[in-house]
Amino acid sequence: MTVRGRLAARGIDGVTLLVLPAVALLVLLFVYPFLYGLFLSFRPKDGSLLGNYARFFGDPFFRDTVWVTMRLALPVTLLNLLLALPIALRVRHLRRQRLLITVLVLPITLGTVLVSEGMLNYFGPQGWFSRTLMLLGLIGAPVKLVQSYTGVFLSLLITGFPFTFLLTLSYVTGIDPALEQAGATLGAGPSRRFRHVLLPLLLPGLAITFCLSFVQAYSVLPSAVLVGDPSRTTRVISIAAYQAAFEEYDYAMASTVALIMGATQLAVVGMALGLRGLLYRGPAGGAKG
Amino acid sequence: MGAAPGPAFHALRLDGLQRDFGALNALKGLDLTIQRGEFIALLGPSGCGKSTALNCIAGLLPLTGGSIWLDERRIDTLRPEERGFGMVFQNYALFPHLTARRNIGFGLRMRGVPKPELERRVDAAIAMVRLESQSEKLPGQMSGGQQQRVAIARAVVVEPPLVLMDEPLSNLDAKLRIEMRQEIRRIHNQLGTTTIYVTHDQEEALSLADRIVVLRDGRIRQVGAPEELYARPAHLDVAEFMGYRTRLAARILARDGDVLTLDLGIGQLQGIEAAPIAGETATLALRPDDLQPVAEGTPHLRAQVEAVEFIGREFHGLARSARGDALHFRAAERPALGETLCLGADPRRVLAYPEMQP
Repeated sequence: MTVRGRLAARGIDGVTLLVLPAVALLVLLFVYPFLYGLFLSFRPKDGSLLGNYARFFGDPFFRDTVWVTMRLALPVTLLNLLLALPIALRVRHLRRQRLLITVLVLPITLGTVLVSEGMLNYFGPQGWFSRTLMLLGLIGAPVKLVQSYTGVFLSLLITGFPFTFLLTLSYVTGIDPALEQAGATLGAGPSRRFRHVLLPLLLPGLAITFCLSFVQAYSVLPSAVLVGDPSRTTRVISIAAYQAAFEEYDYAMASTVALIMGATQLAVVGMALGLRGLLYRGPAGGAKG
Repeated sequence: MGAAPGPAFHALRLDGLQRDFGALNALKGLDLTIQRGEFIALLGPSGCGKSTALNCIAGLLPLTGGSIWLDERRIDTLRPEERGFGMVFQNYALFPHLTARRNIGFGLRMRGVPKPELERRVDAAIAMVRLESQSEKLPGQMSGGQQQRVAIARAVVVEPPLVLMDEPLSNLDAKLRIEMRQEIRRIHNQLGTTTIYVTHDQEEALSLADRIVVLRDGRIRQVGAPEELYARPAHLDVAEFMGYRTRLAARILARDGDVLTLDLGIGQLQGIEAAPIAGETATLALRPDDLQPVAEGTPHLRAQVEAVEFIGREFHGLARSARGDALHFRAAERPALGETLCLGADPRRVLAYPEMQP
């Protein structure tokens, strides 16, 4: 058999060359910068190989950003999932779905900066929120909802929810409604239908939703600065990377921070996917069709 | 739970069932009493309300009017999980994440049946549908026929008072359909359950049911034993559904009791009045099996052969009359295309209906 024949048998022929532009793009925009950053992170200013990593893990100013970011991203992601799931389960039966989805999705199109600006006005010390509560006599002094951990948390919740919700909804609607009906005719009430039928079929999708939402929340930058407390409680890891790159002009250190950010993020995602591997992952429909 | 009716009851009574979807009345007052142990087929074309009726009985669709009674107990206000009826869905609706065995045991588990008894009953159900070697497979790894068996076992293992089947064979190929048909009847007889079976296939209904309920536009058209419906459909549309493929307009020349002499313009036939006819005109309904070439002397219709197919043992043909009627007939020998035939039928098999029916 000729070389060409053998390649063709494996599905490789002239048409396969069409993937080259995409591969080139990927290499140029992703693989090269990644490898260059990796290389750079081992070339710190002080000349030692692991100097940057030693500095990151030795200095609480850097080290703590991992914890600060986790402390924001993990609870926000979980809360978003917890909110999205029941709403999605409810929405799937509604006839006016499109209107509701449009309303829920609006925050995505607004962008983080606009939401943060709005929050500063609304939740700020002189904002309507505090003033209304004070007018009603519920609180004595304005509540501190922005320029704090709470501010970033709320902002991530508002901007992250639509994304989490839409993903969750797509998994929920992917489940054949006849399965729930079958559960009902077999004697399972709503809560047991959820536990024995819906949840096991949804969990793999929820794990993916968790990963994607978590990655979004973990790379938070604008709201951490705008409505957060960027020098202390919301000094997230991307702020550290930004400062290293554009305030200290230490690209090697910035690369190190970025790589550690990627690694910690990957660790959480890996854990979620590992747990997902233990679950049933087949189709959520009833029959072959 | 616990409130589920036991298997022992005498009759299920549907009292004026109504179901509207917005402005559409899918069910317009359905009255029917089903005796324990009966096999009932709900038969009708798509959109006639048969699936709606089944879903209402199961409790998956709330009624907009009427009531459902199990003996003296009103059950249409109960939720589906409280009715305890077994249901087999058109697409099987097996839980894809559970093995065949766990699927079958689901209902018993929900009823809190203790483990040893559960295992014993599940084993018996698996044996009944002959899936012993497949019981640890997931539904996705099974063929359509096997999935259907699991679905049936899952529905009957809880020994429900009533088993509801929604076109359970429509996704299977022809050979498997006939096999599963016999299987379903065998299981019904073996367990002594009461079954309501929805189908649009008249052959399925005829072969399975003790009684057939023909639905059309949300109303019952006729209820009767298969033989009865087959031989004497009460309405023209029921006749059409029962395989009376040839429809002919005719004028009544003479009446002798219920035997009519009819003129069709393309010949004369004798037939019987299947439904009261007031005027002088009628519509005749004929099954292909009953119309065949006859000698010149007997009453007959003349038509030209258009198409012939061999169906094993004999031939089915389509002939066209001079005024354009399509006549489906059978013949022992292959008729030549284009040949003009004299087609006649036993007067007892020529059914005459009023020309226009409400």
